[in-house]
Amino acid sequence: MTELWYDLEPFLQQGTLGLVNGAFYALLSLGLAVIFGMLNVINFAHGAQFMLGAVVAWMLLTYAGIGYWGALLLSPLIVGLLGVVIERTMISRLYKLDHLYGLLLTFGLALIIEGLVRNQYGVSGLPYGVPDAFRMPPVDLGYMLMPAYRFWIVVVSITVCLGTWYAIEKTKLGSYLRAAVERPQLVQAFGVNVPLMMTATYGTGVALAAFAGVLAAPVYSVHPGMGANFIIIVFAVVVIGGMGSIMGSVVSGYALGMIEGFTRVYYPEASATVVFVIMAIVLLVRPAGLFGRA
Amino acid sequence: MAFNRRTLLAGAAAGAALPLVTPLRHARAQAANTIRIGVLNDQSGLYRDLSGPGSTQAVRLAIQESGITTRGVNVEVVEADHQNRPDVGSTVVRQWLDRDNFDVIVDVPTSSVALAVNTLVRERNKVFLCSGAATSDLSGPACSPNTIHWTYDTWMLARGTGGAMVAAGGRTWFFITADYAFGHALERDVSAFVRNAGGQVVGSVRTPFPGTTDFSSFLLQAQQSRAQVIGLANAGGDTINSIKQAAEFGITRRGTRLAGLLVFITDVHALGLPTSQGLVLTETFYWDLNDRTRAFTQRLGRMPNDVRPSMVQAGCYSAVLHYLKAVEAMGVAAAKASGAAAVERMKSIPTSDDCFGEGTIRPDGRKIHAAYLFQVKTPQESRGPWDYYKLLQTIPANEAFRPVTEGNCPLVRT
Repeated sequence: MTELWYDLEPFLQQGTLGLVNGAFYALLSLGLAVIFGMLNVINFAHGAQFMLGAVVAWMLLTYAGIGYWGALLLSPLIVGLLGVVIERTMISRLYKLDHLYGLLLTFGLALIIEGLVRNQYGVSGLPYGVPDAFRMPPVDLGYMLMPAYRFWIVVVSITVCLGTWYAIEKTKLGSYLRAAVERPQLVQAFGVNVPLMMTATYGTGVALAAFAGVLAAPVYSVHPGMGANFIIIVFAVVVIGGMGSIMGSVVSGYALGMIEGFTRVYYPEASATVVFVIMAIVLLVRPAGLFGRA
Repeated sequence: MAFNRRTLLAGAAAGAALPLVTPLRHARAQAANTIRIGVLNDQSGLYRDLSGPGSTQAVRLAIQESGITTRGVNVEVVEADHQNRPDVGSTVVRQWLDRDNFDVIVDVPTSSVALAVNTLVRERNKVFLCSGAATSDLSGPACSPNTIHWTYDTWMLARGTGGAMVAAGGRTWFFITADYAFGHALERDVSAFVRNAGGQVVGSVRTPFPGTTDFSSFLLQAQQSRAQVIGLANAGGDTINSIKQAAEFGITRRGTRLAGLLVFITDVHALGLPTSQGLVLTETFYWDLNDRTRAFTQRLGRMPNDVRPSMVQAGCYSAVLHYLKAVEAMGVAAAKASGAAAVERMKSIPTSDDCFGEGTIRPDGRKIHAAYLFQVKTPQESRGPWDYYKLLQTIPANEAFRPVTEGNCPLVRT
């Protein structure tokens, strides 16, 4: 029995850590899925907006003395507003065109945002500590010591994911949104301001990315490339879950985080590629993704 | 669905190719009297702060201080981004050497790129002054009559930080290794040190490079091995993330020690002293080491993002300064005609500059100078910005680098 426990221990450890990474994948792919599902825009700037969330948190702390909790609220608000400006001035002009134009525009925006931050702050990163409330010895789970802050990440991520899913699938506002995607003219004819809803949706998606950025700031190095590291994996997560499916992206976000974790025990060299292998298999078997509607 | 992985990759490739377009069209009239220097390094990724535009700034200072331009020789400097990818670096260097007649390639952090450049420069008989890369193979099996490995290498890091850890009682080691040429070389050199001292390597894990953000799984595997020392055979952003997450998980709480085998001053700055205090590290240059290094830092002026010069940037200065001495001694025409002859001349003159003091260059292309074992100060000990290191030990020049007989360099085999 003890031997079995010994074998099981790394499995449990990596599963738990994978859950934390999965929390970030889920939050980021959620924002992407919302934006793609509602606006049909492939938001390549999502990683840069995630990074911006973390950098704004650092700026709030450094220049205004506003700590983690304030940043958790303010940073998504600020970056979300920036998203609103981007949507109004640029993206809204592309809705009628092919997806590719939106992809190219947001990819360009991502390069510009990353370049600006790099010129201003360099690449090594900005120090951002774990908030005081979580400065306690790691919690002993029996099979590993888990820092309290990482629990918080998982709890917040699950809450936000479920909340967003509920808002879109179960509320009246959500039903308007979904209707506006299917039949924009008809919904507008009923007196609903569709362009405003589009803008608000993009702003919300961007705010979700920034929110994930603030969550990530205490555990990952805050630097201009931090989003680029995530975004390719997150795109794979969205494709696996099914483009535009909220639940699909959340579930596959967590699942892939854990699979990646297990890979780190048995074949660490492949941990960066395992997600793409799964993506290839899923695309072969179910081209619309696990939860997608073909 | 118009979006698929192919369009994604095409977009990424298009973006990646952009920096390759380097502005370069000059009249060829003065070409015979012009030395062309290409600074190739990471201008956008995790090694930008420790090399990047700061290296170019250091090279320009070297040219200015050599005074060679006042004696009628033109020196041109161009910089490019290799994005830490051997294919990108090779393309740039081929273009520089084959089409634009460059004479010298400087810096090149990221060992995998440096090894590729090493071969290209040798084939075309130009000069490679390597400051940024770490692999000790550059003065070992891959040594070249056209290359000088200037600033530091993996053997020196093993001797410095690894040696200090073993001396302090760290007998069993576990490595977290960046999965490319540099990480492998560093792990190999430190392992040899540990074993020679009677210690034991109980395991290692290879992390994908670049692209690993979360090191906690690897840190836990290391902790589970019950090793006394966790050796971080990685650099830049990878080291920062490893140390940050090790602190978060309380890895060092049970007496396990963390050995950052390659830590630059820019990494310490990014971590902040509360997280990095107490770390032991080895460098060959520290801006606040003595009057000469402080004077150099002063002359260099304000650096990009207000950082202090790293040893890599200091190495670029020192190497180019020495190269230009050799050019003056042998004449521009002779130096341009044969890179190997220029390197030979460089080896025959003793080196001297403010960054590394007095030194020599060995036949295998290894530049020899002292190395320093530092400890990162506590926040209380630090008197101001960038006051980060206290000197623990000076490793004399003749002990700091691998003995020439042990490197397996074909140039010195008898």
